[in-house]
Amino acid sequence: MKKIVITLIPLTLFVGLVTLLFLNMGFHNETVPSPLIGKPVPAFELPQLYEEGTMSEEDFLGEPWLLNVWGSWCPNCLYEHPVVTDLAQSGQLKVVGLNWKDEFENADAWLNRLGNPYHTILVDYKGNVAIDFGVYGAPESFLIDANGIIVHKIVGELTPDNVQNEILPKLAQLK
Amino acid sequence: MTMRIIFIIISFIISGQVNAIEVYDFKNEQQRALYQELTEELRCLVCQNQNLADSDADLAKDLKDQVAEFVMNGQDKDTILAYMVQRYGDFVTYNPPLNTSTVVLWFSPFVVLLLGAGILIYNIRKKQS
Repeated sequence: MKKIVITLIPLTLFVGLVTLLFLNMGFHNETVPSPLIGKPVPAFELPQLYEEGTMSEEDFLGEPWLLNVWGSWCPNCLYEHPVVTDLAQSGQLKVVGLNWKDEFENADAWLNRLGNPYHTILVDYKGNVAIDFGVYGAPESFLIDANGIIVHKIVGELTPDNVQNEILPKLAQLK
Repeated sequence: MTMRIIFIIISFIISGQVNAIEVYDFKNEQQRALYQELTEELRCLVCQNQNLADSDADLAKDLKDQVAEFVMNGQDKDTILAYMVQRYGDFVTYNPPLNTSTVVLWFSPFVVLLLGAGILIYNIRKKQS
């Protein structure tokens, strides 16, 4: 009897390991939690795509806003574009674009083709400000409150689901 | 003919290594070594499971430029690591600090070791008696 138990140990361990790995497949994701949640927006001074002059984080104080990092080279930005447009047109908050590591001609053509949903578009072609925001891939979106504190971050595209269940409830809490 | 093939293979191998060398103007060898050390310890966030030194992703290049700039300005290792961790969290380093969220990561190997030692001692004792 005891022998049987002992011989069964490796099999039990194996099954346990397989179960753990299998469960991990469901839970695992590559989202890196941002250490910036609850912290002030990093200071920046960026030019705009269509307007003259630069803007800084202080220009956005006073109302909640969403910073959407995108590039014309980014396939998932194309995918989320209708969602960004809907959110911006709903008028619930100011949606600001951060055109990241792009070129003016390409960004401009992209917006002309698909429509420009953004209130303002900031330009970061060197990628320095994106590093300060801890951006590691486009699209990424930051929900920022009226005092300039980062409330929430979505890595990857905005979807009707995460707008409905994450962005809007967090925004409602801010008001 | 075989010589020629061997020569071609060798040139391929060498050219690969030449590509891997970064082109930064470090002031001295210590700076170069610090840069190497940092890019090996920092994770590429796009490709994950790869460090910055090995990665050719766009963002990895930006981060390497940033690290090189800091190194050339004479910043020390801790300052540069802190800069990265503030932005990307503990996940960015392959040498994560010991805190409540990483305690399992740090100590689980010892628990397994102790468990193994326990089983071993138990078995040896049993055989001896």
